[in-house]
Amino acid sequence: MSSETATVQQVAREKGEIGNFSFPERHKFDAGYGLTRDTLDYISNVKKEPSWVNEFRHKALDVFLSKPMPTNWATKDLEAIDFDKIRYYLSDGAEPKRSWADVPPEVLETFDRLGVPEQERAFLAGVEAQYDSEAAYSNVKEALADEGVIFVTCSEGLKEHEEIFRPWFGKVIPTGDNKFSALNSAVMSGGSFIYIPPGVKVKHPLQAYFRINSENFGQFERTLIIADEGSEVMYMEGCTAPKFETATLHSAVVELVAMKGAKIQYITVQNWSSNVFNLVTKRGLAHEDAEIRWIDCNIGSRLTMKYPGVVMKGERARGEVISIALANDGQHQDTGAKMIHAANNTTSNVISKSISIGKGRSTYRGQVLIPKHLKGCKNNTECDALLINSKSRTDTYPAITVKGNQHVTQHEASVSQVSQEMLFYMQQRGLSETQAMSLAVNGFINDLVEEFPMEYSVELKRLIDLEMEGSVG
Amino acid sequence: MSLTIENLHASVEGTPILKGLNLEIPAGEIHAIMGPNGSGKSTLSKIIAGHSDYEVTDGRVLLDGVDIAKLGVDERSRAGVFLAFQYPAEVPGVSNANFLRAALQARLPDGEEIDAVAFYKDMYAKMDDLEMSRKFTKRAVNEGFSGGEKKRNEILQMMMLDPRYCLLDETDSGLDIDALKVVAKGVNSMRSPNRGFLVITHYQRLLDYITPDYVHVMSDGQIVKSGGADLALELEERGYDFLKQTA
Repeated sequence: MSSETATVQQVAREKGEIGNFSFPERHKFDAGYGLTRDTLDYISNVKKEPSWVNEFRHKALDVFLSKPMPTNWATKDLEAIDFDKIRYYLSDGAEPKRSWADVPPEVLETFDRLGVPEQERAFLAGVEAQYDSEAAYSNVKEALADEGVIFVTCSEGLKEHEEIFRPWFGKVIPTGDNKFSALNSAVMSGGSFIYIPPGVKVKHPLQAYFRINSENFGQFERTLIIADEGSEVMYMEGCTAPKFETATLHSAVVELVAMKGAKIQYITVQNWSSNVFNLVTKRGLAHEDAEIRWIDCNIGSRLTMKYPGVVMKGERARGEVISIALANDGQHQDTGAKMIHAANNTTSNVISKSISIGKGRSTYRGQVLIPKHLKGCKNNTECDALLINSKSRTDTYPAITVKGNQHVTQHEASVSQVSQEMLFYMQQRGLSETQAMSLAVNGFINDLVEEFPMEYSVELKRLIDLEMEGSVG
Repeated sequence: MSLTIENLHASVEGTPILKGLNLEIPAGEIHAIMGPNGSGKSTLSKIIAGHSDYEVTDGRVLLDGVDIAKLGVDERSRAGVFLAFQYPAEVPGVSNANFLRAALQARLPDGEEIDAVAFYKDMYAKMDDLEMSRKFTKRAVNEGFSGGEKKRNEILQMMMLDPRYCLLDETDSGLDIDALKVVAKGVNSMRSPNRGFLVITHYQRLLDYITPDYVHVMSDGQIVKSGGADLALELEERGYDFLKQTA
């Protein structure tokens, strides 16, 4: 890093401007504010969708309108979302690009501001980076294409690979799963479709970078990943959003299908600005001997509600959720996991760590279901909470429903604090209070961070350091 | 060059602990403070380090002539004050190597990075001196350490951070004789005309291995008697009670 860049970053950091940047808007397509039948038709028109997709959208809108807000169990803060003040579709109309030279400079600037390391940018050669709701950059490596791997936008997937796409689309997460999955189904745009043919093991992680760039613009990605028999894939998504003064809604749906013996790892590092509602439905379907792992890190947002799940449908299927949540002042991380055991000898593992700072609030909701007729199922659930000061709040709602007596389940929970004595000790060695806090927080999640690929764990540490700045003292 | 304590008064939650303490530790000297439990000797080291539980109500602490009252805990550390804790805190998930690196990094100007190769070389050499296994670097700071391991770790940190004034708070407590010798060897290797030591201990035993230039006896928040190394022996022989008669 040149000294000039360092200075600019430092000044920005002191002003609290890191993560608080935006780029000029120049949208060719804009569905306008509010959600009506016309909104759906507008999106379908712009995207030149087949009629079955348009019908799917309209049915989804009916479901969305019929469902109440889930405030009977979730936070009342959801009522602050004004669906009439959201623009549901914006696009600059850019076609996916195939080379770096075509990537808009603003996107490259985002990578710079995020401090994406050089080697990671090399990875990005096989990546799709989404600019608002359309992919601004998409370059699937030729090697992937040679192996028959499909890595396209969801829009392309449903049009050009309907025979693979359609049988699984909306099957893992039905439209009516919850109010926000219905909303996504009505107005979805962006997201990825990935298909890995039988036996293909994708060596490099597939990545998607996306971000929100328009005020009041809800982003509704839809992602479907199908790993055919014996294949393996790792998908990584990282998000950063500029700061705006009014609420922004992000509501994605991600469906994973792991066929017999397949492995899917889905890695997320999200750093939303503190006005974003991030209401995401993620679920995977694991067939016989298949394995699905969700590795999920949530930083920022006003409210995140996200409970990645795995339905273990085939014998010996394995499901795992590893999650880190960090809630700073004014933020609420309501996260957890759903493990549905639906075959014998299935295994699930949930490890959740949450950090609450200042008035930040963390909630863990877990659901583990093992029905009576099954045998030999195992679940391990661990949830640990770290409170940075006494104003922080943490709640744990583990619901482990085990019927029958031929299963093994284990549940551990802990709440700890960064004690004054620990801070004093670290400061006595010369670390500032912020550095000491960052180190303590990084230590708390260290064993989970090791689950992230190297280049992501560096970024994660950076995000946490940035988050700790100004939140302490 | 000295660490100077002038008429220091301090209290915790309104209860006076130090009541007009005077002490000068010139660079190059080792001063020992002995005293009965509750005399305030451990408190003194925490106050010098800047612990926020204690309120300095009068007097001052000068580091080479500069009043450190306004300096935070970390600033005092970077200015050269090191406290080897009686009960070092655990830092779960943070490896010893990373912790030391962060502490050294905090001493560098912005934009400068620790040379990782030189760092490990230096650390390994010092760990060898302290008879510490290499596995130690990967373990979380003080987590699950035995008493002896914790104390060795304190001395390792002290050696790595190269402070100008070292405060050792009851470093001998919880150590068997072999560990005590190793720890003392580490401290003695750091003796230098540019460095001052304040060794706080309840027992004479440590001073068999770290020979002080001066011994001070503390009682009820004040230094009540000062002398040479043989004062420690006298205390050992006669107990702290004899002070009451001479005071």
